Amino acid sequence: MKEKIEALRARFEAELSAAKTSETLEKLRVGYLGKKGSVTELLKGLKDVGAEEKRELGQHINALKKQVEERLAAQAEALKTAEENLLIASAEQYDVTLPVNEAQGSYHPITVVQRQLEEIFTSMGFTVEDYPEIVTDYECFEAVNVPKDHPARDMQDTFWLDNGQLLKTQTSAAQNAIMKKYGAPLRAIFPGRCFRNEATDASHENTFFQMEGMMIDKNISISNLIYFMKTMLSQVFERDIQVRLRPGFFPFVEPGFELDISCLICGGEGCPTCKHSGWLELCPCGMIHPNVLREGGIDPEEYTGFAFGLGLTRLVMMKYGVKDIRDLNSGNLKALSQFKHE
Amino acid sequence: MLISMNWIRDFVDLSGLELEPLIRRFTLSTAEVEDIFHMGTDLKDVVSARILSVAPHPDSKKLHLLRVDAGDRVYDVVCGAPNVREGLLVPFVKEGGRVAGQDIACAAIAGYESHGMCCSEHELGISADHSGLMELDPQTPVGVDLTELYPIRDIVFEVDNKSLTNRPDLWGHYGIAREFAALTGRPLKPLETVALSAFDALEPIDIQVLDRDLCFRYSGIKVRNITKKVSPVEMRIRLFYCGSRAINLLADLTNYLMLEMGQPMHAFDSAKVDRIEVRRFDTPFSFQTLDGQERSIDPNTLMICSGGQPVAVAGIMGGLASEIEDDTDSLLLESANFDAVSVRRSAVRLGLRTDASMRYEKTLDPEMTVPAIGRFLKLLLDIDPDAQVVSRLTDVYVKHYPTVTLQFDKAYVDRYTGIQISDGEILTTLGALGFAAAQDGSGFTVTVPSWRATKDVTIKADIIEEITRIYGYDNFQISTTVSPLAPRKKSVENKTENFAKDILVQRYRLHEIHSYIWADAKKSRELGIPVEDNVRLVSPQSPDNEVLRTNMGPTLLGVLQENRSFAADFGVFEVGRVCRGKRPDGSAIERKVLGAALFSRVRGERELYYALLETVLTLGLEIKGLEPSFANIPPAHSFQHPRNTAQITFAGQPMGWVCTLHPAVAARLDRRGVAAVLELDLDAFSALEPQELRYREPSRFPGIDIDLSLSLAEGVTFGSLQPAWAQVDPALLSEVTLVDTFSLGGQRSMTLRFGFSSREKTLSKEEVQPVVDGIVAQLAPLGAKLRA
Repeated sequence: MKEKIEALRARFEAELSAAKTSETLEKLRVGYLGKKGSVTELLKGLKDVGAEEKRELGQHINALKKQVEERLAAQAEALKTAEENLLIASAEQYDVTLPVNEAQGSYHPITVVQRQLEEIFTSMGFTVEDYPEIVTDYECFEAVNVPKDHPARDMQDTFWLDNGQLLKTQTSAAQNAIMKKYGAPLRAIFPGRCFRNEATDASHENTFFQMEGMMIDKNISISNLIYFMKTMLSQVFERDIQVRLRPGFFPFVEPGFELDISCLICGGEGCPTCKHSGWLELCPCGMIHPNVLREGGIDPEEYTGFAFGLGLTRLVMMKYGVKDIRDLNSGNLKALSQFKHE
Repeated sequence: MLISMNWIRDFVDLSGLELEPLIRRFTLSTAEVEDIFHMGTDLKDVVSARILSVAPHPDSKKLHLLRVDAGDRVYDVVCGAPNVREGLLVPFVKEGGRVAGQDIACAAIAGYESHGMCCSEHELGISADHSGLMELDPQTPVGVDLTELYPIRDIVFEVDNKSLTNRPDLWGHYGIAREFAALTGRPLKPLETVALSAFDALEPIDIQVLDRDLCFRYSGIKVRNITKKVSPVEMRIRLFYCGSRAINLLADLTNYLMLEMGQPMHAFDSAKVDRIEVRRFDTPFSFQTLDGQERSIDPNTLMICSGGQPVAVAGIMGGLASEIEDDTDSLLLESANFDAVSVRRSAVRLGLRTDASMRYEKTLDPEMTVPAIGRFLKLLLDIDPDAQVVSRLTDVYVKHYPTVTLQFDKAYVDRYTGIQISDGEILTTLGALGFAAAQDGSGFTVTVPSWRATKDVTIKADIIEEITRIYGYDNFQISTTVSPLAPRKKSVENKTENFAKDILVQRYRLHEIHSYIWADAKKSRELGIPVEDNVRLVSPQSPDNEVLRTNMGPTLLGVLQENRSFAADFGVFEVGRVCRGKRPDGSAIERKVLGAALFSRVRGERELYYALLETVLTLGLEIKGLEPSFANIPPAHSFQHPRNTAQITFAGQPMGWVCTLHPAVAARLDRRGVAAVLELDLDAFSALEPQELRYREPSRFPGIDIDLSLSLAEGVTFGSLQPAWAQVDPALLSEVTLVDTFSLGGQRSMTLRFGFSSREKTLSKEEVQPVVDGIVAQLAPLGAKLRA
């Protein structure tokens, strides 16, 4: 009997090493461990031997059974791995460098920059206000202290409408309504389309964007204005910006300023962009004229404030190197579709 | 405007100061300097020299061979100037010297060596005259450097005119000098003038100001026996450096006065003009101005007349007929003040903006007219002592500006500036600028000088500007604002607009564009879309851009067409304004709308249409939690398809449309592509009350789906079937979705999936079957029966 067991063991090992597919493995399993399998038959044969012998032989046969089971499982695992490796080896390797035809939408560059500015201002407690584009003489001029005979009111500069209204020439047209809406203290920015009746060329458009802001409170001073502009513009340009103020005349502020920033190209050393002055003229600003505050229902003896106007369109052109302003309103997707994210 | 520092130094002593940094400070304190020019620095070895002899050149009629004494030695020179003659004293560049940007070396000219060059005024850079050699005063010694003889060396700077619009006092050198005096703390010298009281005994001039609302002051005086015709070199150099052209002594003097004091003047030949009327005319007529142009004068234009005959356009330009000519030896001098607006309007109307009108537009100080006459006489008599004043000063002063007195206290200055500027500094600055300032305790009383009181300085905030600009903004200690903490809510309009853009760009891959608020009639014609009547621009830049757009459709279709080569399938959108006509009071009905349009040569029209409907649904659900409803409507615009135009309704309010194109427009848009358009009123959409999010516990039990395949009668829509299940308890029938729809042999089919669920138990088919049967029974009369 023992010899029989050992012979069976040897036969199994020989057959196992020859088994190369899961089908032959399954045949082997049935042939050895199945109901009529060789190992099963041996176990059945135990009933014919004595009790003592039975125990010893039983151990031997069970050891064989265990060995067969384990060897089959191990071989099955090895075969499976081999088959997977074969699948992997024969699989197509996809070309990750193929151009992807992924259509994406795009934001208008004005939107991109406007959102960056809105984020900076809202983080400083400003609200973002929307305002119509068709306004009255009162909103655009009278309420912001532009006198009756100011040249800005002439036909040459302003798009007047046949109903007596006009297309707003400046975002300042919103100042009065916003003051009346919120009263003081007040912090607001108001981006918007503005219109000027002037000939268009690479650097002039009749339709463009400004973003105006104002801050009104008790004790707002010129010193505060300079500090604020420096802080805000350093955020906008993501670097430490030097500012300088020059007297500038705008009817809605007193004093009014032209604000220059240290040249972004040369940092103030002087280069062709800044005409070798080291400074770039960036935006008008000033202390809100007492007449404008009063007209907006705010007592200029109690409150003071400052206002500033950023040329949103100009900022976009500076930021992205847009050379022809007309590209922005062209609807030309070859230009505009490049602004895919903020 | 060009400013000569030599001229400025007539009025303020700037010795010991570096001029360029000072001019840069002028930019920071007064007005923007655009450019600085260094005049006369290019001259080297240019001296006075005498022509000793002139011999003809053997081979040239034009050239002469000269011997020139330049002090150090005698030079042989070949010269082509027409006015060479023996004994003439001329500017001469020695060989090795430099003039007009050229190094002068010994050179052979037509076979003869020339060891230098005799110069014209043009070559010296002091005038435009290149007709011949400059002829120096015969008394001049030879060998003297020209820059020592004449003020050729100068620093001239250009001020941006726009930055002077609110400062009438800065349109002459004297006003600019006052700024330099204030900036340097040095005194401003008074203008030297002739005392006009000396002529009080003489006859007045007959001056009648008839239009007293437009002429505020008219001062005049008559002078005769003027024998000098040419201005002194020094004066001509200044005029040239400041952009003016020397003409003759009298014309040059009026220009000089204007550049010096900012007061425009006019010299009439008093043989032709001996009395003055200032008036308008009722009927238009033609008038020839000094420049030789015939101008049409309308009844709004103020004219200067003499004996009823127009002789000048007031404040703008004189007439050709009364021009000062070479034989003029007597003049009637005008020094006047006119209404700024009237001058500006007339100048614009005539297309004639002159140095005079530019100054009058700024609202000049009427106090200046008489001192200007005193100054004119001083300069004239210095040059031509034989000239004789033959009238008394005649001065019709119609409108006096009120004296402006302002009061403020130190606390006001401190609060407005945010820094400490001392009382002494305030008083000194204001004093230097001509303000009479007095202090009483912490209060100040300031009287504004007449040259700042016509419109410029009217309130105390204006005084702050005067103090701070001279103090220097660069010298400000800057500090942050201190404000109470207050949370601020984002405006719903801003939030809605940004959110909508994100959805359109990120989910629907549309491209945002910007366009114009007016219709593009040219593009509309190409697309066969008539421009709808609307509010119009009064002065459009083109007749094709005259009418405001009523809706976004034509704009977006134009953009689609222009971009057809961009991609086979793309979409665009704009958030912009349209004008929907006028209210009864005439005001424009402006709406902020979202317009979007899709174009495709790949997808079908139906697909685009549904894509836009889905877009609206997404906007509604994601921004407001609200579902829109759609209904076919008759088209409101000609480009819309008569059968496929749907109205968008949110919360019962119509607020936009989705459409495909009328076949006529579609054919013009593109032969192969299709398009669909959407417009949503963002103002109305923003204003919608959002549906608040409500959480429901999810059911623990699986639901059951029943699919019904229906065949539909003609004209039956999904919407018309909804009543069939409207009565079923929504707790049981949780949703109805579309599985499939198609048309086969003219018969439309639709498969609907009814999702049933319960919160208490797992439903069996048997339990829901009665409900399904009920729905089927209801569907039949609505025109849908179960498909076999």
